Amino acid sequence: MKENIKKVLVLGSGALKIGEAGEFDYSGSQALKAIKEEGIHTVLINPNIATVQTSEGVADTVYFLPVTPFFVEKVIAKERPDGILLAFGGQTALNCGVVLYQSGVLEKYDVRVLGTPVQAIMDTEDRELFVRKLDEIGVKTIKSEAVDNIVDARRAAKELGYPVIIRAAYALGGLGSGFCDNEEELDVLAEKAFSFSPQVLVEKSLKGWKEVEYEVVRDRFDNCITVCNMENFDPLGIHTGESIVIAPSQTLTNSEYHKLRELAIRIIRHIGIVGECNVQYAFDPESEDYRVIEVNARLSRSSALASKATGYPLAFVAAKLGLGYGLFDLKNSVTKTTSAFFEPALDYVVCKIPRWDLGKFHGVARELGSSMKSVGEVMAIGRTFEEAIQKGLRMIGQGMHGFVENKELVIPDIDKALHEPTDSRIFVISKAFRAGYTVDQIHELTRIDRWFLQKLYGIMQTDKELRAFDMKGIQRWRLDPALIRRAKVQGFSDFQIARALGLDDDIEKGMMQVRQFRKEHNILPVVKQIDTLAAEYPAQTNYLYLTYSGTENDVQYVGDRRSIVVLGSGAYRIGSSVEFDWCGVQALNTIRKEGWRSVMINYNPETVSTDYDMCDRLYFDELTFERVMDILELENPHGVIVSTGGQIPNNLAMRLDEQHVNILGTSAKSIDNAEDREKFSAMLDRIGVDQPRWKELSSMEDIHAFVDEVGFPVLVRPSYVLSGAAMNVCSNQDELERFLKLAANVSKKHPVVVSQFIEHAKEVEMDAVADKGEIVMYAISEHIEFAGVHSGDATIQFPAQKLYVETVRRIKRISKQIAKELNISGPFNIQYLAKGNEIKVIECNLRASRSFPFVSKVLKINFIELATRIMLGLPVEKPNKNEFDLDYVGIKASQFSFNRLQKADPVLGVDMASTGEVGCIGDDLSEAVLKSMLSVGYRIPAKNILLSTGTPKQKVAMLDAAKMLAAKGYNLYATGGTYRFLAENNIPCTQVYWPSEQGEPQALTMLHEKKIDMVVNIPRDLSAGELDNGYKIRRAATDLNIPLITNARLASAFIEAFCTLSIDDIQIKSWQEYK
Amino acid sequence: MTQHMDYMQKEKKATLILDDGTVFRGISFGADKNIAGEVVFNTAMTGYPESLTDPSYAGQLMVLTYPLAGNYGVPPRIFNEEGIATFMESEKIHAEAIIVSDYSHEYSHWNAVESLGDWLKDEGVPGIYGIDTRALTKKLREHGVMMGRIIIGDDDKENVSGFGQYGNVNYVDNVSCKEVITYAGGKKRVVLVDCGVKHNIIRSLLKRNVTVIRVPWDYDFNQLEYDGLFLSNGPGDPDTCDAAVQNIRKALQGDKPICGICMGNQLLAKAGGASIYKLKYGHRSHNQPVRMVGTEKCFVTSQNHGYAVDNDTLGTEWEPLFINMNDGTNEGIRHKTKPFFSAQFHPEACSGPTDTEFIFDDFVALL
Repeated sequence: MKENIKKVLVLGSGALKIGEAGEFDYSGSQALKAIKEEGIHTVLINPNIATVQTSEGVADTVYFLPVTPFFVEKVIAKERPDGILLAFGGQTALNCGVVLYQSGVLEKYDVRVLGTPVQAIMDTEDRELFVRKLDEIGVKTIKSEAVDNIVDARRAAKELGYPVIIRAAYALGGLGSGFCDNEEELDVLAEKAFSFSPQVLVEKSLKGWKEVEYEVVRDRFDNCITVCNMENFDPLGIHTGESIVIAPSQTLTNSEYHKLRELAIRIIRHIGIVGECNVQYAFDPESEDYRVIEVNARLSRSSALASKATGYPLAFVAAKLGLGYGLFDLKNSVTKTTSAFFEPALDYVVCKIPRWDLGKFHGVARELGSSMKSVGEVMAIGRTFEEAIQKGLRMIGQGMHGFVENKELVIPDIDKALHEPTDSRIFVISKAFRAGYTVDQIHELTRIDRWFLQKLYGIMQTDKELRAFDMKGIQRWRLDPALIRRAKVQGFSDFQIARALGLDDDIEKGMMQVRQFRKEHNILPVVKQIDTLAAEYPAQTNYLYLTYSGTENDVQYVGDRRSIVVLGSGAYRIGSSVEFDWCGVQALNTIRKEGWRSVMINYNPETVSTDYDMCDRLYFDELTFERVMDILELENPHGVIVSTGGQIPNNLAMRLDEQHVNILGTSAKSIDNAEDREKFSAMLDRIGVDQPRWKELSSMEDIHAFVDEVGFPVLVRPSYVLSGAAMNVCSNQDELERFLKLAANVSKKHPVVVSQFIEHAKEVEMDAVADKGEIVMYAISEHIEFAGVHSGDATIQFPAQKLYVETVRRIKRISKQIAKELNISGPFNIQYLAKGNEIKVIECNLRASRSFPFVSKVLKINFIELATRIMLGLPVEKPNKNEFDLDYVGIKASQFSFNRLQKADPVLGVDMASTGEVGCIGDDLSEAVLKSMLSVGYRIPAKNILLSTGTPKQKVAMLDAAKMLAAKGYNLYATGGTYRFLAENNIPCTQVYWPSEQGEPQALTMLHEKKIDMVVNIPRDLSAGELDNGYKIRRAATDLNIPLITNARLASAFIEAFCTLSIDDIQIKSWQEYK
Repeated sequence: MTQHMDYMQKEKKATLILDDGTVFRGISFGADKNIAGEVVFNTAMTGYPESLTDPSYAGQLMVLTYPLAGNYGVPPRIFNEEGIATFMESEKIHAEAIIVSDYSHEYSHWNAVESLGDWLKDEGVPGIYGIDTRALTKKLREHGVMMGRIIIGDDDKENVSGFGQYGNVNYVDNVSCKEVITYAGGKKRVVLVDCGVKHNIIRSLLKRNVTVIRVPWDYDFNQLEYDGLFLSNGPGDPDTCDAAVQNIRKALQGDKPICGICMGNQLLAKAGGASIYKLKYGHRSHNQPVRMVGTEKCFVTSQNHGYAVDNDTLGTEWEPLFINMNDGTNEGIRHKTKPFFSAQFHPEACSGPTDTEFIFDDFVALL
């Protein structure tokens, strides 16, 4: 090492949110590893407790605190690090670092920024500086010219070259903007734009240009490499995070590839990056013209993808370069012998596909555009483009089987759907081909390069040939093996083939028939290595994928049954994200520690579990039954772990079991008994455990009869969803009718499950590990919100703070009974309702749950390690520590990304909406609540608070909090009912008016004028008027970045916290200091 | 662009047989012609038009490790008035065949005029796809170099003999120009010894405003008036080019700048007394890292060679200029006192990275 550094501070990115997700756990973990192996003490600030980087043994000291200048400065003052890394925690860390630099904090405490200097960061972040900087070296950027008359507009357009975009300056929502292909069109549009605004921006239109990215690395000796380039499937205009991305580029010639590469290197040198950055280009599809879109002077989502796509550990290398190393000092971590100064050669193609969850939100705009909405992504590897994209379309896990043979989409206007892309754009293309559109027609409407479309068309053609076999009826098994081989090379699954062949009466059987046929004709996948050098040099690499374009396996299988396969968690989505990556990594670590070979199957490029360092073999491939079986047949493991990767592996358990796969831990049959609603209910009845009443119903009469019995409110879960969210609580007849009409089509084929919904009940979670039916370790935590808020959105306190001793006792007793009955060996989670001392079971999962990392880290007992040891058949002792010994409390709070989801109603309900979470520890409840709320982006309000607190019951629940606010000197503003209620209780407040009311002041106006510092808006029910008024307030608060709380109990907890504690009262204590 | 996938009906089998008897079966997409040659691989991910027309590939069956080929078609085969190709590296395809995993029958690029398959057919060069090129590459890597035959059609029972001997042919003589060609430029005159020169070497020199006198590989240029000598790349074994070595040796007596590329590096080294050996793992890629000796400067380079200069045999007057960062082999030499230097890699790129184009600047600055 070249620098004298003993302690380094690393900033994390906080909770997962849209645009900033798991990729930064991966980058940060790599950076910490790179620094730690130099013998440097590492300090990490990251409130995201579910991450791998905040686990024991990764950083030396961990602070679960907000990554904001205030807290980072306090940590710096306490820890006095020599250096700080800003590039590994996304935009959050970068922005925070820039503020600390500008405010002189870094200088004050003599903290050196390692890697890219802050000035270089500012040069890339500030649009004007950036353009000027690139102008200095004659590199073209996207410029717009501001003009104030039509003559100048014409001149500017001429200089920029048509087509141009005209925008009215200072106009929101794109008023007065549009494309012009020539001067006539410009005259018309410019006139209109000038009517909105005195100033008009003229910008070159790059509509339809290709989008290409390069990942570039530079050391302080000015040596540069481009590790990877990537090409977007979608043309410019769709955020790169929303686009399907292919690496390496497919449609660029050598001259184009190297022209952009050379530019990227010139740019990174001129800006002065030390470490890693990415350069994004717009590239003309009709010439070699280009524009630089932006440069990210930090590790990014793309760099995580590039690392996984190439096997080049960008974050690890960037951290080393920050310490002063040269690229020539470092080794290629795959070959271990060749230099890290090189550019990987791929002998495969990768395809990244985003995962959206827009269906979870009410009212959200589904169009894709320049802002990101996806919540996760997958990466698929193949030796043909078709193989990679079809794998990827299955991996996104939204019920699709590839490019063809999916459930038919209903697209009223294909032209429009092609032209205005939404989250289902790729399937619209499939639909269009089916409807007879040509490659050229689709190209005209989408501007997607013909090459990609031709490849997709080829998939469609093969599908047609397969379908033709069905026509031959009994002859269907006179199949041409060459056709099946071609289909497999093009990435068809056995499911797709079976369906195309018309074997979908019993599709499971059909798939097995196809599998059998393949085996008979030796149509089998082969395993290939990712070695960074395309086999030019020998490499001992464990980074693997499967392909049908090959005749030989790269690895030898010894068949000693000493390996354990862990199934990963797939794409991050709402409801399953970094917490299951943590679980998977802990399982891998334990397997290795116990002397077995660990094998991971997963395909999420944002994860640590897909880092080839984490296991003995990594199969970066699908988690479908077909692919998992392919791998198991080759690998012949001792057993498979299905309980640490969330629902995807859990769902495979039964089918793997049928194929006599050794499922470690709890048996597949038990898993089924817990998953199957009927079987589980029967079991609870048998052992005398209570649960909310429910029934599966297939007619309106039956539904009404059941509701008459149990009373409103009820929870309604349709099995077939037409639109909108999948579940809803209905509190009266009107809502029930409306929801069923709107969302579900009740019939024999599509029954709905209706459950009794218990109001004002506490929700309690039991996370536990059992060995042969006996509980070895458990954690009982309590939701702050009452039942009705999805457990993934709820704020969770651990240890439980306000449960009756009797409640806890009953929960323990029931959990014991269930563990015994299902003979659980491994992790499990049970959710309970508690009202008074009455306990009901809502749900039971025989796998690790979302809260496992949280309770493990608060309790400092690794639940997954225990569970894994049990699954390996090793003896475990009951830890002699439990939650009742803790002198501190942990709070897990949820992160929402509503600001990214235009038009979505930011309200919580029975369906999960949060994209991430934090977990903070405090000496008491209030401190932990305050830390965690600040960590998910809330601010302590300055003075004005707007209250609309819902139903009378909720109003009462909020009364104490309102009193506290008033006593603390806050100005309260309240809408009608709330105003009257507060006035009656002698709490001073000012009345404001709903959008639908006449009167001043208007709540919305106050929000827009930034007169409100916090909004508490509790929806009363789902009636139309209430929804509309409330929606407008909630949405405005979200769009204007004003903290919003929609739950009375959470609002009360937060208000109590900041009324009793000030921000300076928050202790700067590391995780290690809580003992 | 048509959407007819009629090729599927008329696909023709093709077989690659290696000299150890290993058989790889695929499908033909090029000329209908059986052929033999040395089987070599290249790990570049772009640049098949440049590589195929690179004279250094004469006599070789080129395996691309990047599995997708033909995506962007083939640019127009056009030449300027002096006969320099606009988009390619010579007048024609020099490789004997191309072997890939997945071929794109349909291509898409604004500058493309034909498909890779059509071009191969037109120039009488076979192409195979559907081969496990990774398995093939691993085999070639371990064997060093192998001879192979391509048989088009079902007739793959033909006997396995008749692979030819790559080492026996003087490929340099086959691909070198037959007479002196002068490309008028600036005042300074550079003699370019054509052992199979890539056109981008000529372009790179002309761009720097010099007059280029391109001479056949065995031409005695010492009789010419010139300001600098440039030794080109070329195919095959440097030991077959003794005539060139003799001529260079004479030039070494003088003080005029000399620069060499690839084969040129080896010929310069030989003329300076060093010896050449065959590498265990040849360098055939766009991602070869080299370091300038005695500095912290590193470059990513394009390479295509199986022979290397033995550093230990360099005379006392010479020293290594660049070293390969992966295996420590020689990547260039320089004379300790005179303006003679050379690179084993390809500063002219085409295809490949352009990091080392400064070699041309350095050379021209010395004139």
